[in-house]
Order: sequence, then structure tokens, then C-alpha cells
Amino acid sequence: MTNHYIDFRNADVILNMGSNVAENHPVSFKWIQAAKDKGAIFIHVDPRFTRTSTKADIFVRLRSGTDIAFLGGMIKYLIDNNMYDEFYVKNYTNASFIVNPKYSFNDGLFSGYDSAKRTYDRSTWTLEKDEQGIPKRDMTLQDTQCVFQLLKKHYSRYTLQKVSEITGTPTADLEKVYKAYGSTYAPDKAGTVLYAMGWTQHTVGVQNIRTMAIIQDLLSNMGIAGGGINALRGESNVQGSTDAGLLYHIWPAYLPTPRATWATLADYNKTTPASKDPRSVNWWKNRPKYVASFLKSTFGEKATKENDFGYAWMPKLDTGQDASWLNLFDEMFKGTFTGFFAWGMNPACSSAHAGKVRQAMTKVDWMVNVNVFDSETGEFWKGPGMDPKKIKTEVFQLPCAASMEKEGSISNSGRWMQWRYKAANPPGVALPDGDIMYELFKKVQDLYKKEKGTFPEPILNLKWDYETNGHFDIHKVAKEINGYDLTTGKLMANFVGLKEDGTTSCGSWIYSGSYTEAGNMAARRKKTDPTGLGLYPEWSWCWPLNRRIIYNRASVDLDGNPRDPKRPLLKWDTEGKKWIGDIPDNAVPPMGTTGAYPFIMKPDGVTSLFGPGLNDGPFPEHYEPLECPIEKNLMSGQRINPVIKVFEGGLDSFATCDPKYPFVCSTYRVTEHWQTGVLTRWLPWLIEAEPQMFCEMSLELGKLRGIKNGDRVIVQTQRGKLEAVAIVTSRLKPFNIAGQTIHQIGIPWHFGWLHPKDGGESANLLTPTVGDPNTMIPESKAFMANVSKLTKQPSQPAKKATKS
Amino acid sequence: MADKSFFIDTTKCTACRGCQIACKQWNKNPGTKTLQRGNHQNPADLSTSTFKLVRFNEIEIPGGEPKWYFFPDQCRHCMSPPCKEVADGKAKGAIIHDEKTGAVIFNPKVKMKQGDFKEVREACPYDIPRISGAGIMAKCTMCFDRINEGMLPACVKTCPTGTMNFGDRDAMLNMANKRLEEVKKVYKDAMLANPDDVRVIFLITDDPKNYHKFAVAENTIGITRKMALKRLFQPFTSLRHMIG
Repeated sequence: MTNHYIDFRNADVILNMGSNVAENHPVSFKWIQAAKDKGAIFIHVDPRFTRTSTKADIFVRLRSGTDIAFLGGMIKYLIDNNMYDEFYVKNYTNASFIVNPKYSFNDGLFSGYDSAKRTYDRSTWTLEKDEQGIPKRDMTLQDTQCVFQLLKKHYSRYTLQKVSEITGTPTADLEKVYKAYGSTYAPDKAGTVLYAMGWTQHTVGVQNIRTMAIIQDLLSNMGIAGGGINALRGESNVQGSTDAGLLYHIWPAYLPTPRATWATLADYNKTTPASKDPRSVNWWKNRPKYVASFLKSTFGEKATKENDFGYAWMPKLDTGQDASWLNLFDEMFKGTFTGFFAWGMNPACSSAHAGKVRQAMTKVDWMVNVNVFDSETGEFWKGPGMDPKKIKTEVFQLPCAASMEKEGSISNSGRWMQWRYKAANPPGVALPDGDIMYELFKKVQDLYKKEKGTFPEPILNLKWDYETNGHFDIHKVAKEINGYDLTTGKLMANFVGLKEDGTTSCGSWIYSGSYTEAGNMAARRKKTDPTGLGLYPEWSWCWPLNRRIIYNRASVDLDGNPRDPKRPLLKWDTEGKKWIGDIPDNAVPPMGTTGAYPFIMKPDGVTSLFGPGLNDGPFPEHYEPLECPIEKNLMSGQRINPVIKVFEGGLDSFATCDPKYPFVCSTYRVTEHWQTGVLTRWLPWLIEAEPQMFCEMSLELGKLRGIKNGDRVIVQTQRGKLEAVAIVTSRLKPFNIAGQTIHQIGIPWHFGWLHPKDGGESANLLTPTVGDPNTMIPESKAFMANVSKLTKQPSQPAKKATKS
Repeated sequence: MADKSFFIDTTKCTACRGCQIACKQWNKNPGTKTLQRGNHQNPADLSTSTFKLVRFNEIEIPGGEPKWYFFPDQCRHCMSPPCKEVADGKAKGAIIHDEKTGAVIFNPKVKMKQGDFKEVREACPYDIPRISGAGIMAKCTMCFDRINEGMLPACVKTCPTGTMNFGDRDAMLNMANKRLEEVKKVYKDAMLANPDDVRVIFLITDDPKNYHKFAVAENTIGITRKMALKRLFQPFTSLRHMIG
């Protein structure tokens, strides 16, 4: 999140889209209710009427996979009705920048498309610079080649009628949402957006969020209290895990993983973002300091200036290699891997196309399954359709401690790093993950010392001394993450002092400042709130620098005065020559006419309405999901995202606009279960509340297929099928998509064959192997399925879900 | 300690089931075997294992969006509990009415015959009492042990949205009436359910029947007609109650 949970209460209008916040982030609803108590308007946009919808002031429906159409229509509406903050747009975004005259967009394709390779040559997606290297601008926003005019032109096609045809949302409903949310364009009005997998799990996932970011910029909602782009994250520490660089493409703190062609540290540092504009702080220019410090943390004394701080020992990606989940399991399926650590995950149920992944697991020689409970992954070789005699995989089951059985930090969606104490001992031989990893790697180092092995340097040179009295010490890890001044041995105060010369170490530069000589900042629990805006600056610690709302210098005018007197997040004290309020982003004086722009992490210092950095286009464009219910994309001649990887062959196939699979299917969650249910299905109170796999469908679809509420049904896609109990409800309704009636169904993904025996199977047996072209997150939210009544029904009578 | 009450504001309830689960945890009640019956309400009903149950009811509105009512059901801890009126005549000490807090407590040490229990259950306008096979009645305890230590009942402690509230009766009635005024601006049919007769005051926005058959007592005095008739023929029971 750019903001944080408590900040929701500061909003005038809250948009919950691509998410079902009351069900999946139930405790956060406290802050939404607090906003409503002050008169805020709560808008929920969803294909289904859910528990969240019952609390919405405005609820409208859209077909799964059409968010860019919906939001693109909002952009057009805001521009047409002058509902945008002109000052903000001119000064804090790249709206005035001039675009390369060779850039073009035509019928769904941006300039530079190679249809054979399914990629873009992005060299025309650039912004014009003058001889000094400073972006050319038209501050009147009239130049036909300026970003603002190109934005207007791009979304001029997203008329109410066209959007309604695509989304199935009645035009009156579209206008209702546009008007209510658009009212936050005033500088003293704040609109916040809360989103989750409903936006990300699509082949246009990243562009979904980009569209909303453009809207938040037009409405001057970025960098203010009650505003921002707020991802409601899932697993309690997924934010922490992302920050720690667990994804293949990044090192900790969002340093990029090097490609093999970046042979030396100098090559790596050549890719450091640069700006010639003296008014752009371009904070990423400091990246080499963070890289050197990270390498020092990694290899300790073995990292020297002479050996590039051990850069040669770090793994590199091959050119063009994408080692993300879908590709990883595709390789596993092809037999590329010898072994596999399934660490705190249940891929047999969590992966798109779970059937393919279950088969992939039979190809590895060994698997280590680390989890709190047993799962379909640990037991994959006993699963349905498996013959244990034919499977050679040796599975090691390592029970691990649950979160309250170990000490450590959890970083929430709002970037707040909260330290947690150990409340109970883990049962039996279960150990905390840190202990397991630490001991395991010590053994690996031992073996390399005794038996040698290929390229031992990275293994043997790794700094691995995080123990006290022979036991793993999480505090030592936390301190290393914070970093040290190696000349004094003292903990770094924050990342500002980090150096490129090897005299500082830091495991994760954004976390520098979290564990200092003053103590463990993440363990703080003071409830003081000087601004009254719910920042609570001494409760835990957030990155970066305990700055609670990122880009907060966009909340003030050029002189540093808050543009919203009701929510003074930041104010420049002219006498004291410092900022008062939140930790400023950053400490430079107000922008004025010659000072620094507010978006310091962007190379140009302003937000990108035109965003040339993504694989699928500088402006978001509506494309249909890989499997969709209509033959043609109503917006352009490109049915699907032109650069997505299409997996075909082996177990991978897809079916679009196919009478065998006529219904749009989406997967989702309930409050009572967690992810694949690997923890929650074993807890009696939770499985009692939601005992079995179900499929929600409309009354109309129930009638069409002769399915009554409570009947057992089969849900099927091109990949697989499963049994579920039908919930036939008016909370789902069919969509009118350009005159066609399109039905949508939905299933939770919390179940798996292992337990309970009558619980049901994983929804991911149905989902396709396809993902967003920037992140490869699977398209679990929109694919095509069939549902039919099981001929053999149970004897128990069903209770009606809906009374008329 | 002043006498206590709950104020349950259903306009804020998101049916997260936090209250249902927290109650089970505190009382160490088991999870029972359930099936998906086409409804998210599970278990289907209150029982000796389920003292707090979030009830779900959907109503289709032709041409519009459905209405979905959430009712986090529990014992009302009546001011004059009719269950106790009947139970006193069947099994002495089976039901205790704590003077200090007003909590109505089923004594786990006193057995009740199944036939007698039927009358106890029918006396309750909210259909709360349940009995185990071994003849022990069980229901919400008002977290009697917690509140005597100055803690909130488990369901109240866990509720994230402010639906569940607990405190001195005066304060709760105040809160309830204030909130009713606000809610009435949007929902003209909003009402408090039997606020003078119960210590668990629900705020609802609509016809009580939309929430639950027994959301509101049929009779304003809080006793069934059957009970009222019984009173006429058992004056000594009432007298005994008055003497204590």
C-alpha cells in the first residue's frame, strides 16, 4: 500500500474493486466502518453481491475480466466532465510531457509489435527530452502529442455504451460510480481504492492497477491522507516476503536480480535509473550503495572491493529467462528439476492448473515439504489418480512452527513491520522456519567443505553466523537487515548513510532504520498520534524511514502548505526550515518553481500517466481473458493481451468461446478459510462454518440447468473437473454482454482431497496456465467452465438460500 | 458491578463469524460435523456446542439487488427469564439469574428431564435453550467468568466492526437509542428488538422475520401465550420466585 489500513478512515469515498474486503480482510472493515460513521461513501464493484456488498452505499456489478473497460470509462468521464485536479495533474504527473512522435496506437496494438515473437519493441514509447536531457513539456496540456491529449484520445473509445456492452454494467450504474468516486478530484476531498486478487489475477493484472493509478493521479488522491493505491495483501507477511525478495526477479528491497550479461558489478550498476533533470531527486540513483551494502551483508568479510563484493557468486538469470511460478512448474513437468522445497505452500492446490503441477511433482527425485499441517503436496503421491508404485519422489516432511510459536516480524499491507513475541512452544519436533533454514544450510556448508562440489564459493563464503549459544537468533538477522557501519560496528540509523565502498552492510535498504542503536523499532507500541490522522508514528515501524504515507509531498502546494486543511498530512515550517507531520517524502524543501518534484522514486520525479516501463503498453487497454465468453473483443481487433505467453501442448490447453464451457468462472475466498485450506481445513470451528466445496450460481442459471439450491454439481473446464454443492442465489446474476446473456459462476479455492474426506477438491484443477505478461500471476479470476447437475444426489434435504 | 447489557448493531455486521468462533474457543466447545446445504449459515442451528450463531437470510428483490440479513443470534439474558420460571418448577437450581450482572446461566451440574426441557425451550420467545443427550442444558453464559474479571465477553472482544457492544445497561441503552436515531434517517422501519425485556438488544432495520423467525418476541412482555396461561394456574411458582 502507498497508505495503510487505519488511513481508510480518513477517506471521503472508498472504492472497493477487485476485492471483497469484508470477507477477506474482515478486521480492516473496522476502518471502513469508521469512515462510514463520518459520512464516507463506500462503493463496491464486483461480479457478485457478497457480504461486502451488504455494507456498500453503492454496489454495481461487472463481468470478471473487464476492469480496464470499467475504469477506462471512468477516465473518459473524468476528463470529459473536467473532474480532475488541474494543479496536481500539471505539476505532479507527466501529463504535460511530450511523447515520441513515432509512438502510436491502433486497433488494440501499440507501436513496435512483433506478432511472431509476441513482444513489443518499446523504443517508440519514449518521452521527448531537450538538449539538457530534461523532459519537454507543454504546461497548457494542449499539444496533441502531450501525454494528457494522448490519454484523452486513448480513452475516448471507452464510451458509456461501449463499456456497458463489455462489462455488462448498466450505463446508469457506471455513471453512479464515476460521479461518486470522481467527486474526490477536489483538493480537499480524498478517495481511496482497496483492491486485491480480483484485479491482479488476470492476463491484464498489472494494467488493471495502472488504470486505477491514472485515475488516482487525475483526482489528486496520491500522497494524501485518505487516498492512495492500497493493495490488500493476503498472507500476513506476504508484504514482508516480497520486500525480502523471495520472487525470482528481485533481490531484497527491490534491487533487480542480475542477468548473466551483467557480468560485473559495474555492469549491474550501469542499469541504475538516471535523470538529468536537477529537479528530479531520482532516489534510485543511490542504488549502488544499497547493492554494495547488500553484498556485504551476504558475504561478510569475504566481500571485498577487489572481488566486486562477491557479485560473481550471486546467481544470475539467463537472457530472457522468466523463472516465475508457471514457468517453474512447466520446467518441473518437463523433468528439469532433481529436487524441490515446497516451503510453507501447497502447490498441489494453490497452483493454476493444479493437475499439471501434481504430475510435475512425480518427476522430481526428492521433495522437502515444510508446513504446519500435512497437505495435498506432502501426500501428492497418494492423491487421486496417483500410483505410488510408479512414483520415485522421496518426500521429506518437516513440521514447522506456527506464527505464534516463534519470534519475529510480520510486515502488513501498510508496510508496518510489527514485531511479535513467541507465545507458545511448537509441538513435538516442529521448528521455526528460520531454525530449519539455518541448520540446513550449515549442514550444506559442512558437506561442501568435506566433499567439495561445483562452484563452492557462494556456499562457503556466505555469511552465516546468525546464532547465539548455538541457536538460531532472529534478532541477529533483524539487525543485519537493518545494517551496520562496519567501521564502528554500530547499527545504521537508516539507509541515508549507506555507502558504495564496502564500509557499510545492509540486508535490505528499505528496512534500514528498523533495528537501530535505539532498539527494535518494530517492537514499539506507543499509541500517540500527533497529527490525529491515524499515523501512530511510534507504533511499530514502517518502511521507508517510518514514512506512513508515501509521496506525501504531493499533498501540499508549491509552498509546502497542505492543500486539504482538514487532513494536514505534511506542512513546511518556514521558520524551522523543516517539515511537520508525517516523515516527509523527502526532506528537501517545498517544490516552489525551482525545487524538487514530489515523486522521488520515479526517474522524472512525477507520476506516470504515460507509463513506458511495462511489457504490454504505456496505456492500459481492455483485452479479453484468454478464455472468454465472446468471439471478439468489442474494444479492438485484439482479443487477448498481445504479449501473453500461451502454454500449449502436454497438459496445457484452453478453450475460448466454446459451447462446451459456456459460463464465466471465477475463484475466490471466504472469511472462514485461508488459501488452499492447508491450515484451516484442519481446524474444527472453521471447517464447521464452511465444510464443503460449493459453486455459486444465479437463479437464472439454476433454472437453465435444472439445478436447485443444495444439489451436487460437476464444474468442469478444459483442464479438469470437480464436484461441488450448488448455492443457487440471487446474489449472482447473468450479464448482458452486447445483447448476449452471459452467466457467471464462482467457486472457492480452499479445499483439497486430503482432508476432510468429503470436503471437495481444489478449484485450481480448473484454472489455466496463463499469466500477466509482466508478473506471470495466473488468470484465476476469469476462465470458462461448464456446470451440470450430478445425476446421483444426496438424500438430505437442502435449506433454501433465498426466499422471495 | 452494575447490571450489564449487550447492544448488537446489525447494520455493521459483516457476518465474519468472528463472534461464533471466539465463543467456541472460550467455551472450549467442539466443532460439529456439518454439510454445505446451499447456505453459508453453519452449523444450521444453536446447540449445546454452538452458543453463538451467525444466521444468514437472503431475500430476492425482483428487478433489484438482493437483501442479505445477518443475525448473530444468542441468548437474550432476559430481564425476567421465562426459561427460569419454568425450570424452577422442574429442576431446582437448573437456571440461575445472577442479580449483579443480570446474566442468566444454565447450571451445568443440574440435569433436566427431556420432557421437562421441552417446556423450558417452548417458554423461551427466542428459542434458545438446548440440551445434551446426557440431560445438561447449555447456552450463552454472558462470558460470566470473563466479565467478573473486568473483561469483555469473547464475542464482543473479537468483533472488528463495532457490531457487538457490551457494558453497563444504561450505557448500552443510550448507545442503542442514539444509533437507532441515526439509522432511522436511512431505514425508517429500524427498531430495537424488545429493549425493555432483554439484556441483548438487537438493532435491526427491517421486518424482524427477515432476520430470523425468533428475532423478536411475539409478545411484548417477553413470554409466550402458553407461558402466560401457565402463570394463571401456578401462582405459587411466582411467589417462590418473589421470595427468592
